[in-house]
Amino acid sequence: MAGAAVHDHDDHKPKGWVRWVYSTNHKDIGTLYLIFAIIAGILGGFLSVMMRWELAEPGIQIFHGLASMVYGVDGDAAIDAGKSMFNAFTTAHGLVMIFFMVMPALIGGFANWMVPIMIGAPDMAFPRMNNISFWLLPPAFILLILSAFVPSAPGAHGVGGGWTIYPPMSTSGQPGPAMDLAILSLHIAGASSILGAINFITTIFNMRAPGMTLHKMPLFAWSVLITAFLLLLSLPVLAGGITMLLTDRNFGTTFFAPEGGGDPILFQHLFWFFGHPEVYILILPGFGIVSHIVSTFSRKPVFGYLGMAYAMVAIGAVGFVVWAHHMYTTGLSLNTQRYFVFATMVIAVPTGVKIFSWIATMWGGSISMRTPMLWAIGFIFLFTVGGVTGVQLANAGLDRALHDTYYVVAHFHYVLSLGAVFAIFAAWYYWFPKMTGYMYSSLIARAHFWVTFVGVNLVFFPQHFLGLAGMPRRYIDYPDAFAGWNMVSSYGSYISAFGVLIFLFGVFEAFSKKRIAGANPWGEGATTLEWQLSSPPPYHQWEQLPKIK
Amino acid sequence: MTEDRLSRDNNRRNRIVAASCVAFFGSMLGMAYAAVPLYAMFCQITGYGGTTQRVEQYSDRMLDRDITIRFDANTSGALPWDFQPEAREMTIKIGETVQAQYKAQNMFSTPTAGRATFNVTPELAGAYFNKVECFCFTDTTLKPGETLDMPVVFFVDPDIVDVPELKNIKTITLSYTFFPLEGDKPLAAAPKVDGSTTNGNSEGNIGG
Repeated sequence: MAGAAVHDHDDHKPKGWVRWVYSTNHKDIGTLYLIFAIIAGILGGFLSVMMRWELAEPGIQIFHGLASMVYGVDGDAAIDAGKSMFNAFTTAHGLVMIFFMVMPALIGGFANWMVPIMIGAPDMAFPRMNNISFWLLPPAFILLILSAFVPSAPGAHGVGGGWTIYPPMSTSGQPGPAMDLAILSLHIAGASSILGAINFITTIFNMRAPGMTLHKMPLFAWSVLITAFLLLLSLPVLAGGITMLLTDRNFGTTFFAPEGGGDPILFQHLFWFFGHPEVYILILPGFGIVSHIVSTFSRKPVFGYLGMAYAMVAIGAVGFVVWAHHMYTTGLSLNTQRYFVFATMVIAVPTGVKIFSWIATMWGGSISMRTPMLWAIGFIFLFTVGGVTGVQLANAGLDRALHDTYYVVAHFHYVLSLGAVFAIFAAWYYWFPKMTGYMYSSLIARAHFWVTFVGVNLVFFPQHFLGLAGMPRRYIDYPDAFAGWNMVSSYGSYISAFGVLIFLFGVFEAFSKKRIAGANPWGEGATTLEWQLSSPPPYHQWEQLPKIK
Repeated sequence: MTEDRLSRDNNRRNRIVAASCVAFFGSMLGMAYAAVPLYAMFCQITGYGGTTQRVEQYSDRMLDRDITIRFDANTSGALPWDFQPEAREMTIKIGETVQAQYKAQNMFSTPTAGRATFNVTPELAGAYFNKVECFCFTDTTLKPGETLDMPVVFFVDPDIVDVPELKNIKTITLSYTFFPLEGDKPLAAAPKVDGSTTNGNSEGNIGG
């Protein structure tokens, strides 16, 4: 790999499957995470295209057929099974994309690969724990997939309660084993994330190269450190909440059952105490990535470095005290609502600091519109659109009307599906030459960007109109009045799916053409430590610790 | 030698950070469970979610303003009881201590036990709805065919008129739902009932 005449005794690596299954190397584990995320992303994307196909026209198009294919039912039973299958698809789409696509890609994949290199560390602090973190994910994923094939309620298969799994739907509403499998899957995926978070915190605190103080650390490492803390704070609460669900379901406890003195609303509090920080977990690493890309291709240091770092700290901290803005309709007192409206809107301030600092970084810079920069600018634009609708939804008064409509769906897909996913692709095209040593075809990568950009905007922009018109989310059917924009939205999803094919072809093309990328294909703007190493980096890097000025 | 000590030093520092992270994880998990009693306490104190207040003393002041209290009764699941309020509604003065009656009859051939949960709407009124005596605080067992009168003694706290959301309130609805007691679920034996049954609440079905 790195030079033919390697006699360095430290560069020997295990051969064959042993290298991957027993791997303790942060780069190999990062690669495994990225492959896993691509597979999970294709499955999650397949689920969403099926839903869009179904929703392209009013009435029930395909799900009764799917249900009779998969579960072997006919007639009216197939229609009923199809309806619950649609619910299972929405649930699985959400869980797969969050826990098995975005988190593995950003945290397990890119952070595992780049954080040790960027801070001048030879590897992660606990390499074997890193291995466990990854290998917990496939079983968790398999459990979630299995849950789609076992009964949940009479005549229904798969978890159909939405990714939020609110009781009583998730307790008395879904008595079958599907929900238990999904809960177990979340437990295991959560354990994987917690181990990863502990590993990152230890690595970043203890293994920085001499001279790399926290205030000189690259912003991506900052974003991962904050993300790891958010995981450590929020995931145990989810683990507690779903364990209570599990015991309510199977062992007769009544945490969420009113007949035993419990309260279903308590689950919503626990869930959103996890759930709101979770959305920042999904987006913060993207913030870090976009900062590096914007700076690299503007050939300028990031504008307001410390402001950028502490804006992320502020977003993470405030993110823990806004959870009830998901619960305006559960009977909070006016004063409680006033507080949550205010606190939620406060988050727009540090977020604005970040958006304007990216623009200020580009201002007066020598900008080159290479592929990663296209994705990064796409990210800034789309994330801002999602942020604006977020500020609107923060208002309790407006949220009453828009709660559980497609407006909310459009909002969180603009920040996640278009925000986080664009950040993932930006990172992919930025670091692909570093990770593999090969340069991809710029033409294919640009085609991927433009097709995806047009596609996802066609999917989600019309959903704003549908939501404002009152179309509720999570239904297989809708009144004919909503037909027009639903059709547009569905066409957008087919275009986006085609974009995924272009992406996969681009990867294949890069590996077959083997264009050598060189240590630093991006020029003088790329100043972080990974560009000082060969591409791909040596199996063990920083034998000689780098000096930080 | 020195390198060895250095790496041992590093290992120790790594372990300290990791151990504190694990301890932190444990405490957050504990917090999640602590949320259960804390939330119940929070509801008791603030009346959140329409949790009514339990007091020992009768009201000591009364306003010259009427308020209507409506009474609602439900049984959940398979509890074969006929459970109804004596009067659908009564109009009282704010601050006046009054007694209302519910009546429950076991329609089943074996003794059954139930426990009532309760709340008021609007939910914010929970903090101002004070119950002095109530059947909801005890479990109740009824023999076959037995009828039981169930009194509730309550008053509406005059402070309610100082709350901005409630200052124009005209009506409070007190709702009870009887659930079968744990370990006493005649699910298989009872005639199949879907979901919760509302007794004597005919207006609930109008237009439905």
